[in-house]
Amino acid sequence: MLAMSRNDLLLFLGFTIAVLAMPIWLQPFGAAYPDLLQRFTIYAILAVGFNILFGLTGYLSFGHAAFFGVGSYAAVWSFKLLSMDAIPAMAFAIVVSGIFALLIGYVSLRRSGIYFSILTLAFAQMSYNLAYSVLTPITNGETGLQLDLADPRYLDRAFSAAPAGLPSPTLLGAPLTGYAGFYFCAGFLIIAFFIAQRITGSPFGMMLKGIKSNQTRMNYTGFNTKPYTLAAFVISGMYAGLAGALLAITDPLAGAERMQWTASGEVVLMTILGGAGTLVGPVIGAWLIKYFENIFSAINDSILTRFFAFLPEGADHVAVTIASKFVGEGWFLTLGLVFVLIVVFLPGGIMEGVRRIVGLFNRSGKTPRHTPAQVQPAE
Amino acid sequence: MFEVIFLQFLNGLDKGGAYALIALGLTLVFGTLGVVNFAHGALFMLGAFCAVLFRQLITFETVTIDPTKLSPWGAPLEVRAPLVQTWFGDFGAVLVNYSVPFSILLTIPVMLVIGIALERGIIKHFYKRPHAEQILVTFGLAIVAQEIIKSFFGPNPIPQPMPEGLRGAADIGAWLGMQANVITYPIWRLVYFLFAGVIIGGVFAFLQFTTFGLVVRAGMADRETVGLLGINIDRRFTIMFGLAAVVAGMAGVMYTPLLPPNYHIGMDFLVLSFVVVVVGGMGSLPGAVAAGFLLGILQSFASMTQIKAIVPGIDQIIIYLVAVVILLVRPRGLFGRRGVMEA
Repeated sequence: MLAMSRNDLLLFLGFTIAVLAMPIWLQPFGAAYPDLLQRFTIYAILAVGFNILFGLTGYLSFGHAAFFGVGSYAAVWSFKLLSMDAIPAMAFAIVVSGIFALLIGYVSLRRSGIYFSILTLAFAQMSYNLAYSVLTPITNGETGLQLDLADPRYLDRAFSAAPAGLPSPTLLGAPLTGYAGFYFCAGFLIIAFFIAQRITGSPFGMMLKGIKSNQTRMNYTGFNTKPYTLAAFVISGMYAGLAGALLAITDPLAGAERMQWTASGEVVLMTILGGAGTLVGPVIGAWLIKYFENIFSAINDSILTRFFAFLPEGADHVAVTIASKFVGEGWFLTLGLVFVLIVVFLPGGIMEGVRRIVGLFNRSGKTPRHTPAQVQPAE
Repeated sequence: MFEVIFLQFLNGLDKGGAYALIALGLTLVFGTLGVVNFAHGALFMLGAFCAVLFRQLITFETVTIDPTKLSPWGAPLEVRAPLVQTWFGDFGAVLVNYSVPFSILLTIPVMLVIGIALERGIIKHFYKRPHAEQILVTFGLAIVAQEIIKSFFGPNPIPQPMPEGLRGAADIGAWLGMQANVITYPIWRLVYFLFAGVIIGGVFAFLQFTTFGLVVRAGMADRETVGLLGINIDRRFTIMFGLAAVVAGMAGVMYTPLLPPNYHIGMDFLVLSFVVVVVGGMGSLPGAVAAGFLLGILQSFASMTQIKAIVPGIDQIIIYLVAVVILLVRPRGLFGRRGVMEA
């Protein structure tokens, strides 16, 4: 565990400090309030986990939200049946989503490429449709699964009497609201990042990268690639389950729309935007999308009118009319456009952009340490 | 019992027709350009909104206040006259009544332009890039199209009326010499099925019996050789992309009376259509059509109350279930050629 290279250690320490100091350095951006910070960390965990599958093995899953939703449902059920403590909820969520990922992965990974994407999409849609219809006793259908006064909570009842009103999630008795909730999630993000970093550097991670660049050759070399991809799939499903559980801990409620394929698409967007295959990229992507979603959705016409007030009469009306299509309700339009531009011009995401800019400055000096990850498969 | 089965069979036809038309377009694009187009559902949706737009245009009214007539409350009466009716008289009335079929005339050029612009503008840069990136860029385009429509037409479904003469149900049982009023079927669904049949037949005839189609089929089989013969195969493939967009658009137009279109109708159909393409076999046109109708009919049977009583929820997942089984047992699909995307 301590055998990290100096660079890895620096990256990990830098990341830890950045995450823990988020309430400070996000202050000037107006994003330093617990609710948003919690979402930052939760979606970062989801994206880091997705990257273990997509970034390392190249398998593009379009059904990742299913595990996210299952994690949420499992956590809420743990709240209902066992205890309001966060730890059993998360353990339960991770185990359930892991098993779920094992089943789906075992079937889906028999195909690769676009067929894999469609299979995962089909499974996720199936889960979503079932959660809405037949599984209503478990998922509470359209209303979503919520805490109830009549919940048994056997573990809690064994130690104390039922409190009045709806309880909220705790960690060993301490409430998990506000900044406590954020630091709880942040701790898990750091752990999740650490594990992802170890996986990337390990022989197992090398194997996964080998599968991405040329699976056929890996097979010819004598490796059975199936267990490796399946392991990556399950790990990334468990990450999603953890993220779903954390979301349920910060707000004890789970709905089927978390499993819809648009939610899966969002994870893909985050990872691609930041840079698939890099460690920090997905985290940055998740933060950026959640940040701008928050900012853009809040902008309305009166803010725009003030913003464009410097323009001459008439021109400001035009500017406001055009700009209002891209903010508020239209935020997804901006997201879609940015996404298309990223895929067309910068397939490596923001991290590739950073690398290119650094490369520009480094050209005169020493040769860059990172050789471009261009892999030419030998035909 | 026979009547019940026959009725369910009929019920699956219109949805099957829509699946088949979308899957046909998807397969055309995949077979010619080798692109996995996640924006195809958005094209279906755009077509449906062409119908909405057309209807909004032709029902544009002038409001004049007629001082000679008074409403029961004593206020001057507003007289609303659709412009089309004042211009064209009776023909205008027919136009408003049959707005859905007539809007195909608007849809064809619009979708052709959108399709060709899409292919030339963005998708042509993605031929050589991995399938994952094609999926991502077309997925992004689909979001963009969807959000543009949402910002202009709003998030709610916009119902489109059926033409007056084609409402109601047809007594198909009586036509076939069975007991009357046992098998009745909405006329518009029958129209949709026939329409789908005509379009599918038209596309196949176009590919089979014209020189253009011959060249395109040759290009699908071996693009390089056709190019070496001095034929500009890229331009023909671009036109095929436009054609696929037109087919998707027309499928969307005619479906509007059955299902009021909203901005995400395309995505709802896209997921299913991909499943249809996979079941039929990637790159196989007859496979796409057959699987489209097959899955439509299967879905209709699965939503029978008798079957739902045995397997609850089967109507929600039957299509995905079939796809999973097919992909695992017969990876190249029902009609797929050996070696096409068989990984």
